[in-house]
Amino acid sequence: MSDINTAQAPIPAATQRRHFVRSVLTNPTGLVASLALLVVVASAIFAPLLAPNDPSAVQIFKVNAVAGDGYLLGGDGSGRDIWSRLVHGGRNTFLGALITVVIAASIGVTAGLFAGFYGRKLDLVARWISDGIMALPALIVLLAFYQALGASIYLSMAVFGVMLSPGFFRLTRNLVNGVKHELYIDAARVSGLSDLRIITRHILLSVRAPVVIQTSIVAGIAIVVQSGLEFLGLGDPSTPTWGGMLQDAFSNIYVSPQAILWPGLAITATVASLVLLANAIRDRMQQGGVQVRAPKVLPLAASEPLPQAAPDVLLDVRDLVVAYPANDGWREVVKGVNLSLRRGEVLGLVGESGSGKSQTAFAILGLLSPGGRVLSGSILFDGIDLGKSSQHEVRALRGKRIAYVPQEPMANLDPAFRIGFQLVEPMMTVLGISRAEATRRALRLLARVKLPDPERVFRAYPHEISGGMAQRVLIAGAVACSPDLLIADEPTTALDVTVQAEVLDLLRDLQKEFDMAVMLVTHNFGVVADSCDRVAVMKDGRVVETNTVTELFAAPAHDYTRMLLDSVLEDGQTRTYRPPMTEEMRA
Amino acid sequence: MIRYLLKRVVSGIALLCLVSTVTFMMVFGATGNVARNILGENATADQVTALNSRLGLDRPLMVQFGDWVSHAVRGDLGPSWTMSESVASALASRLPVTLSMVTIAVAMMALLSAMLGIAAAVRGGWADRVIQIVSVAGFAMPNFWLGLLLVLTFSVELGWLPATGYVSFSASPSAWAASLVLPVTSLVLSGIASASQQIRGAVIDALKQDYVRTLRARGVSPRSVLYRHALRNAMPAALTVLSVQFIALLGGAAVIERVFAIPGMGSLTVSAALIGDVPVLMGVVVTLIIVVVLVNILIDFLNAWANPKVRMS
Repeated sequence: MSDINTAQAPIPAATQRRHFVRSVLTNPTGLVASLALLVVVASAIFAPLLAPNDPSAVQIFKVNAVAGDGYLLGGDGSGRDIWSRLVHGGRNTFLGALITVVIAASIGVTAGLFAGFYGRKLDLVARWISDGIMALPALIVLLAFYQALGASIYLSMAVFGVMLSPGFFRLTRNLVNGVKHELYIDAARVSGLSDLRIITRHILLSVRAPVVIQTSIVAGIAIVVQSGLEFLGLGDPSTPTWGGMLQDAFSNIYVSPQAILWPGLAITATVASLVLLANAIRDRMQQGGVQVRAPKVLPLAASEPLPQAAPDVLLDVRDLVVAYPANDGWREVVKGVNLSLRRGEVLGLVGESGSGKSQTAFAILGLLSPGGRVLSGSILFDGIDLGKSSQHEVRALRGKRIAYVPQEPMANLDPAFRIGFQLVEPMMTVLGISRAEATRRALRLLARVKLPDPERVFRAYPHEISGGMAQRVLIAGAVACSPDLLIADEPTTALDVTVQAEVLDLLRDLQKEFDMAVMLVTHNFGVVADSCDRVAVMKDGRVVETNTVTELFAAPAHDYTRMLLDSVLEDGQTRTYRPPMTEEMRA
Repeated sequence: MIRYLLKRVVSGIALLCLVSTVTFMMVFGATGNVARNILGENATADQVTALNSRLGLDRPLMVQFGDWVSHAVRGDLGPSWTMSESVASALASRLPVTLSMVTIAVAMMALLSAMLGIAAAVRGGWADRVIQIVSVAGFAMPNFWLGLLLVLTFSVELGWLPATGYVSFSASPSAWAASLVLPVTSLVLSGIASASQQIRGAVIDALKQDYVRTLRARGVSPRSVLYRHALRNAMPAALTVLSVQFIALLGGAAVIERVFAIPGMGSLTVSAALIGDVPVLMGVVVTLIIVVVLVNILIDFLNAWANPKVRMS
């Protein structure tokens, strides 16, 4: 219950505090929850004014009485006024919840701040204690301690506060670990602020909002548990409590069944408002308060039949527009891209990060991130219009005719499965071959991509091999079904410089061997010069220049291309020579 | 792997020792009124003193503790102060009742919240709304109140199911099942509330991973991507929720057993707490800690199966 995750939420700046509170209150859920909470708390505070009768006064002829005659909601099993007991019951409930919350938060947040900030041994000890406390069934412990704590429910709630402190501890500790290496904390340390001051001034500020959410949740848990303890008969029988009222109603359930409704409703309404308030704050923090809803899309215009492309053109992308939903309609990341790729040709797609080159590649694969849409334009692959094909038809092409080599090798292997399985499974699905046949082919492929000891790699889990090896595995997986088109998205960016050259060589060799068309997405002109026949330069979601590599390097037509080339030359990173093949595979 | 599990066992034993010590000091340190509680208000001071010395409460606390530990390690948790049987035999007859109820509740909760969580992660829409409503309702409604409402509806009004009482499985499997329907239903709602949200988040996280795109790019079927790859990777998070919920249900069972008059650990704890039967309370705490430690080790095993990285360390 206390493990609702808030750790990743961005923290609003201190200056936005007032605005933040207002925006939580203007959210309908937040407003209703706050108002409901206000009503319940106020009625507990002003209970003596709201209650027409003394909550403990017994009228013997009103035992289990129906509503009316001065008893708004009827009488309980001893002839006391249910309504008066209900409003008075809120008092002890809120006091109990307050005690729990204050103790849980002060222990948990303090321990979390210090454990997170100082780390190491303190952190280890604190984490062990926190895990230990969380392994205890809290209600059982409270029952066991009942004789020692005495009839006062508040002492039990204080102990319960200690038992709920791990929730605050873990939350705060993780948040502190997240921010303690931020630059502004380092700056504060360099400028000579004491640790205590850094913790209280800077770090406490950034953990405030998640702690407020946790407080709201913990208050809810405390109210439920307290009523449970009172229902079991723990606590002072002379005080009116919601749990005690439920106990009384339970013993009279056959005589006066409706009496179990009111205290339960009071508890549920109070706790629900606390949770909804927490949800409203969290939503506000996560989304900036604005509901992002995917705008309506017009169906792709049924344009006139496209002029048939030249017979050797494999991929023809025209006026491609890709967009993601944003606060105000669609945000276009690809704004009308035109590309074409002949069979067996290597095209470099170059541009800075954010220029839309990866999104173009994903659109061709039909694998845009959730929410992403092709708004207009066409993608013709070997005469098939991918934009007008069904999901199923596009899926049938993937892996078989269009393949993909990703950027981050380690992130692109499923950590839970052996490498062999990750090669065998797609081959069995795509080619419809037996497991034995797929295994044979996989081992051959691993040898083909020059992995030493293919048998061992086949049996290994992804975390047992290096990044360079992982990229070879991914390349093997991509060419497994002899595709016509290979889309390689920055295939060398995440690798060591020495390994980069080897992987590029491998890609080039495989391209010749399988006679594949390759779309090589990169930001590195060195790679382009090394591997590509033609190159398309992208900027702000558009292709600004397309040319053969030789001509583009000799005479860049567009200013942007010239700028990119110049910056590369200044950095001295261009590598237009082909490095000698290294025999030893150090990948 | 072995070292990892060994570490968990050692840590579990340390936890058991620490909690037993603290609990002993708390419950045996406050036994001043116990003899009078047991004997009633009319007992004479001599009777109280006699009972105190018979129960060994006149000895120093550390001596009592040493005595308790030396017996406890041999499985002897002493005699109950208020019942005619030993603590160990009382626990032996109560534990299976509670464990069967909680195990069924956890299994149902796991199944339902996995279904809801996956549906919400993949489809959004109605499943998402169901989860949101269930999560607020399950959190805000005390499980015993839900139990009371169920009794009111299905037993008092409709007469479909027994309101209270427990029938052992060996006596009549069908009556046993009928006697558990309402208690288990009351227990699972709050668990589903929390677990389905966690599973939804874990599946969404898993589906966002880069390797999912790569698997799809290789032509792996959507069904396999979701049920084989994403689910396996969401497993550690789901298992953690289950272990947290198992502990919560053990505590929740105390109140639910009271509502449905089920003779389990919970009702034993409540009556022992109200009258001050300290050896029984010690026995309950120690037994439940052992159960929790064992369940957590089982979860670690499952986790190691789902997550090869854990197996290595």
